[in-house]
Amino acid sequence: MKMAIDTSGNHTTTPAENRLVLSHLYVAFGALFIGTTFGLFQTLTRANLMQLPPWFDYYRMLTAHGVLLALVFTTFFITGLATFSVYKTIARERRSLNVGWIAWIVMLAGTLMAAFEILTGGASVLYTFYAPLKASPWFYIGATLLIVGTWIVFLDILLNLKAFRKANPGTAIPLPAFMAAATFVMWFLATLGVAVEMLLLIPWAFGWTSGIDVLLTRMLFWYFGHPLVYFWILGAYIIWYAVVPALLKVPVFSDALTRLAFVLFLVLSLPIGLHHEFVDPGIAARWKLLQTFLTLMVVVPSLMTAFAIFATFEESAAAKGQRGFVNIVRSLPWSDPVFAGCALAMILFIFGGFGGIVNASYAMDILVHNTMWIVGHFHVTVGGPVALTFLAVSYLLVPALTGRKLWSRSLALVQVWLWFVGMSIMSIAMHTQGLLGAPRRSADIAYAGAAVAAQWHPWALVTAAGGVVLLTSVVAFAINLFATIFAGEEGETPFVFAAARPDEPPAPKWVGNLGMWTVVAVLLVVVAYGGAFYDHFRDHVYLVPGLRTW
Amino acid sequence: MNIHRAETFFIRVAAATMLAFFAILVYLAVADRFVPPSHQQTIDPATVTSTAPFDHPGLVRTGPNTYDAYYVARVFSWSPQNLTIPLGSTVTFYVTSLDVVHGFTIPDEDVNVEVVPGWVSTVKRTFRKPGKLLLLCNQYCGIDHSAMYASVTVK
Repeated sequence: MKMAIDTSGNHTTTPAENRLVLSHLYVAFGALFIGTTFGLFQTLTRANLMQLPPWFDYYRMLTAHGVLLALVFTTFFITGLATFSVYKTIARERRSLNVGWIAWIVMLAGTLMAAFEILTGGASVLYTFYAPLKASPWFYIGATLLIVGTWIVFLDILLNLKAFRKANPGTAIPLPAFMAAATFVMWFLATLGVAVEMLLLIPWAFGWTSGIDVLLTRMLFWYFGHPLVYFWILGAYIIWYAVVPALLKVPVFSDALTRLAFVLFLVLSLPIGLHHEFVDPGIAARWKLLQTFLTLMVVVPSLMTAFAIFATFEESAAAKGQRGFVNIVRSLPWSDPVFAGCALAMILFIFGGFGGIVNASYAMDILVHNTMWIVGHFHVTVGGPVALTFLAVSYLLVPALTGRKLWSRSLALVQVWLWFVGMSIMSIAMHTQGLLGAPRRSADIAYAGAAVAAQWHPWALVTAAGGVVLLTSVVAFAINLFATIFAGEEGETPFVFAAARPDEPPAPKWVGNLGMWTVVAVLLVVVAYGGAFYDHFRDHVYLVPGLRTW
Repeated sequence: MNIHRAETFFIRVAAATMLAFFAILVYLAVADRFVPPSHQQTIDPATVTSTAPFDHPGLVRTGPNTYDAYYVARVFSWSPQNLTIPLGSTVTFYVTSLDVVHGFTIPDEDVNVEVVPGWVSTVKRTFRKPGKLLLLCNQYCGIDHSAMYASVTVK
């Protein structure tokens, strides 16, 4: 079989391949529309501006919001993006799409199963589904199928990588495919944790086992739950590293360092989940401190990313003869909604990163744990940089895949700015509530007029105002998306991944050796979690029966 | 590997900054015992209400100005519902749950710990300001989660 090495992405994907990628994206957008609508209702409820009916209470809606946005929207977008990155840069004469379609069907079946249980009230357990809250077993089975589906996507990526290696021995995997592969190696290792948790939860939910080890399920959940956030952010990084330079018509700043950043994320995203359990009983402080160290270290590849991206901006400005901060910023293509969306997303991520370092700071967690600060933090990370980057790149990706021109560029530009403004307002108000002590996950924050609670209400109103702006942005996105798909003018929209610098020597072999990095990642997990798990199984742990408390 | 000089400098500064942050946290942990609540004691949730000291939740004096406070969490209430703490005293809270996971927090005083059934959580605090404080559950526990609160009076 003949193959082309094509790191610049000039190779064209077939209509059949495009349909598969679009099918992932459309599920993601569907989840986005429903999930964000629920989000607005939640902000209005907490601000005491509306009351949800008992047949669709706050917690049922909050579970749907969290699952649809944090798990379904992100996962389907990233599986679509990763599949596209691989298909676009690894050319094959006849590529079987069977594995890809099976993955999509399994993911969708699982999503529908879990969504049905949530919407009908069988699983108001929020997206963290902490035992011993006991949901319907079909909720856990649905969530498991969603994850198993992503493993099949991973298999599809590996099969394509294998075909590339066979046809191009000794050649490095094209950068976008490499980034997708590294992301999915990390994802696979992370999801093993939640898969084991499901093996405990499912028989228990069916009533076949009488009790559950609550702390163990929490450790397994967060072993998965923190790399989950890196899974989201790596989806955005693929776009920042490989698409944004193409928009600016400059090469990737450094192919080798991009690969290095991704393998560092692969290794360092996994052994840090305990920082979500800083105030849990039953886990010794020394293991929490060890993971604090690793959590701070994972900031380094993010700062490498910031450097590479700003260097790219500077290089593009230099090509136009512009120097100095103000001139560089002004020279950037702000009228392009794809660029503007990604750039605004990066600004939000600066604040997301700052907050993240606060959250990682060990005993300081008592100031923010389970407060609205945390909610503000993940809205200015997954809801800011990640979601906004995904929406912005959709203005390029959907036209490129459907063969229809974007319906309105100016509406797209308005949309990304509305998102930026809405998310800024909402997350600032959420962070502030948190610092004032307001708890997250409460339908009513009046607390019968307690003095401390009186300070929270004004900021809940500001949060709701941000929610209104955000939903307006989503409506603008939906209008543009449907108009593009159903009424867009037919025509080609070129999608190009940025090429490596022609004079850059290939990255050293060890950087791109995903097998070796997988071993390193597993060893680091053993080091970081070994002590905590050893302690846990040494202690006499009581199993808890579980309850449906909603 | 070919790394730009400016980037080498940047990576070093980034890594050094993170190491400095970590050094501060280690210093605070060692010098000030500023560590997150991490008590490792199991308890059978089925017999909590009949086991001392949780069979009589409330305040127990342990020294001239020190107290232990025992709390039991269940959906959707705290026991004790009202507690009075002498001004200026240091209280160690021992909290456990009869059913699901709860969160024990006094937002005014930075008391904040997860309460996991089968385990006893502890958190220590010196109360230097008088007043009626709100104690609430900050981990989702079910439909009436936001009604799960109590009061602590410092005087």
